[in-house]
Amino acid sequence: MRKFKNPMLVLFGLALVFTSCGDQKKGNSGALTSNAAEKVYVAPGEHDEFYAFVSGGFSGQMSVYGLPSGRLFKVIPVFSQDAEKAWGYNEETKPMLNTSFGFVPWDDSHHPDISQTNGELDGRYVFINGNNTPRIAKIDLTVFETTEIIEIPNSAGNHSSSFVTENTEYVVAGTRFSVPVPQRDMPINEYKGNFKGALTFISVDPEDGGMDIKFQLMMPGFDYDLSHPGRGKSHGWFFFTTYNSEEASTLLEVNASQNDKDFIAAVNWKKIEEYVNNGGGTKMPSNYAHNVYNEETHTATSTMKKEVLVVNPTDVPGAVFFLPTPKSPHGCDVDPSGEYIVGNGKLSADLTVHSFTKMLDAIEGKKYDGDAYGIPILKFEDVLAGTVSQPGLGPLHTEFDGQGNAYTTFFISSEVVKWKLGTWEVVDRQPCFYSVGHLMIPGGNSRKPFGKYVLAMNKITKDRYLPTGPEVTQSAQLYDISGEKMELLLDFPTVGEPHYAAGIAADIVKARSKKIFDLKENKHEYGITSDADVRVERNGKEVHIYMSMIRSHFNPDNIEGIKVGDKVYFHVTNMEQDYDVPHGVSIIGANTSELLIMPGQTETFVWEPKQPGVWPFYCTDFCSALHQEMQGYVRVSPANSNIDLSWSLGD
Amino acid sequence: MVLAALLPLLLFVFPLWKITLEAPQYPTPLGMYIYINDFADANPHDIKNINLMNHYVGMKYIPDAIPEFKIFPIGIIITTVIGLIIALKANHKWFLYWFIMMVMVSTAGLIDFYIWEHDYGHDLDPKAIMKFTNPDGSVMGFQPPFFGSKDILNFTAHSYPQLGAYCLGGGIALGLVAYFFGKKEKTLKA
Ligand SMILES: [Cu+2]
Repeated sequence: MRKFKNPMLVLFGLALVFTSCGDQKKGNSGALTSNAAEKVYVAPGEHDEFYAFVSGGFSGQMSVYGLPSGRLFKVIPVFSQDAEKAWGYNEETKPMLNTSFGFVPWDDSHHPDISQTNGELDGRYVFINGNNTPRIAKIDLTVFETTEIIEIPNSAGNHSSSFVTENTEYVVAGTRFSVPVPQRDMPINEYKGNFKGALTFISVDPEDGGMDIKFQLMMPGFDYDLSHPGRGKSHGWFFFTTYNSEEASTLLEVNASQNDKDFIAAVNWKKIEEYVNNGGGTKMPSNYAHNVYNEETHTATSTMKKEVLVVNPTDVPGAVFFLPTPKSPHGCDVDPSGEYIVGNGKLSADLTVHSFTKMLDAIEGKKYDGDAYGIPILKFEDVLAGTVSQPGLGPLHTEFDGQGNAYTTFFISSEVVKWKLGTWEVVDRQPCFYSVGHLMIPGGNSRKPFGKYVLAMNKITKDRYLPTGPEVTQSAQLYDISGEKMELLLDFPTVGEPHYAAGIAADIVKARSKKIFDLKENKHEYGITSDADVRVERNGKEVHIYMSMIRSHFNPDNIEGIKVGDKVYFHVTNMEQDYDVPHGVSIIGANTSELLIMPGQTETFVWEPKQPGVWPFYCTDFCSALHQEMQGYVRVSPANSNIDLSWSLGD
Repeated sequence: MVLAALLPLLLFVFPLWKITLEAPQYPTPLGMYIYINDFADANPHDIKNINLMNHYVGMKYIPDAIPEFKIFPIGIIITTVIGLIIALKANHKWFLYWFIMMVMVSTAGLIDFYIWEHDYGHDLDPKAIMKFTNPDGSVMGFQPPFFGSKDILNFTAHSYPQLGAYCLGGGIALGLVAYFFGKKEKTLKA
């Protein structure tokens, strides 16, 4: 922050802040004519009010936008290699993409969720699921980088993920595709009764955020589509929507749409946690990767875990119940009070809302409507709080503004519908362009939503933007929800497919955002903290270059004695300690990406020179007035030459 | 007078001077505090970053230590001890001598500071990456202002005394006040 010499200036500044706040409030309430452009305009140099973390879908990444402006700040690489940032290309981050299937350079990222404390967003981490090769990633919001990825065994189509409980006790990952557990060679048509659906509870260490699979609940072989935690009174429970309770393995569009009702599975995880803590559950041999990026070594390690604790739901009486819910529900959403559980039956004309209190009463009274694989089914009428009648076609997902209103997306009728909790009346509807999937209200997934905007994420854009050939952008749309009626403010394109997003007041996050890495704390195995440590070492055919970079030179910048057939490791440390002075580096013909190195950080790329010659390398990030001079040469000699290693900087 | 003698000791706690460099690329300006025995970053790594900027025009790195950091503290301790002895043992006339001595010592310090600044701003590496000349053709210097603000290329430099300097000044002034009180008291007694 700028230091004010004159305390009067500070007071004056504060006065301005207070005045402008007052004005804003006035502007928001009951303005008859509103100006959408003004509402999303964030003046040059000003900051947005909210961060939005938007999933990249098939891009595998997560992008960071500002709201209300819709400006894109960063695409955080998560599950897919990213040559821009060397993610999955440099030696340090390759282990992050390791799995039991080996190195997997891509995934389908779906549902970001922000860590919570006491049911409110705390802005420490964002979790996001990889759907295809089941994984959960954690993004640390001090650095806006992925720092941990855990693979989920016994799961497939990791879709009802990655939602956090009220104190981030657990991040939950449910399988969409049931599979044989353990995996084995068997006829597909013997699915029914044999496949299992694993619901995985990953504990999050309150101190360092470390993830660890606490237990897997082995549920019947349905498709577990989405989930949400209870909060407030229902804290301790988790709710999962299911479809394909028919257990079909082929032509699901027909065969999984036959039952009039599927289920919401209500899981009392506190009960199961207690059972597990008392030695319950079975240890099952397994094989899954746990990848952790260490900020001090600037290096990731991948560990293969060999065991997972499995819990059979019927072994813990009173822990799991099914709530009948019409027609293949997608979103499973719990209101800020924790009382209402909304089942968005995507093939139903109505929205079903269950009552947590009624559910407890029904469980108490043991009023069951039979069971499914030993799991009690509660009676629909006993748990129903109400129905939003004919609100639209194809309800997918609901969020809440904290003022008693709910907002539901309708895929088929392509709209957002606002309705009232308790009275179930529809208040307003606004079209989406087109075919909206999820929506997001910042904090809408917590006890305390910031009910100012809703962001709708669309699946199709058609003619909404300038055409770009057959493949056109996907997009998000921002609505002002501060008044009685919703108002469309802004369309903006997104990176990949925006399945879902999580939003948070910027103030909670931005003060904690790191500016540099402390060079003194750099514990990279091949890092250096002073130019005195710059060197080149040969170990057989491996050559390790301990290189530094600072405005505006590399040290060393002349290297000789490299031979064809060598494997040359460039370990490059950015010695800068100033905000926003990254340097990049690559060398001609490198069969990998550049490195983009932040101040105080060390990264490594491998170069295997194939021809004798003198090969230049250079800084790839315009860093300074002398950026164009930031270059160097490596002399490569034939494999049989006997030129000694030498290195230098300056004459 | 005791207070007058002790106040300059606060120089060991508070900085004497501060130089601040503002530029559009530095929304948080770069700054350096000058203590009686040290140079210190206003924000972490500021001195390193000032050095990085200045090397483009051939300025020397700000040294970790200069001889003044040894001499000045000794000077202040000696003058404080003298001041205390005077306060307890000597008559008011000595208060005036102490005041004069302090003014001279401080002036010497300021002259030394100016010389260092001038040298820092003008003793440039002949192989400087960027060489600038004044309109008259002479080599442009980059001396920060001695007191006040000044534009240097893309930076605006500010140079102002800090709390430590005010303590020193206050102590010196108190010495003079003590002298007048002592004089008045003596006149009254007589
Ligand atoms: Cu550079």
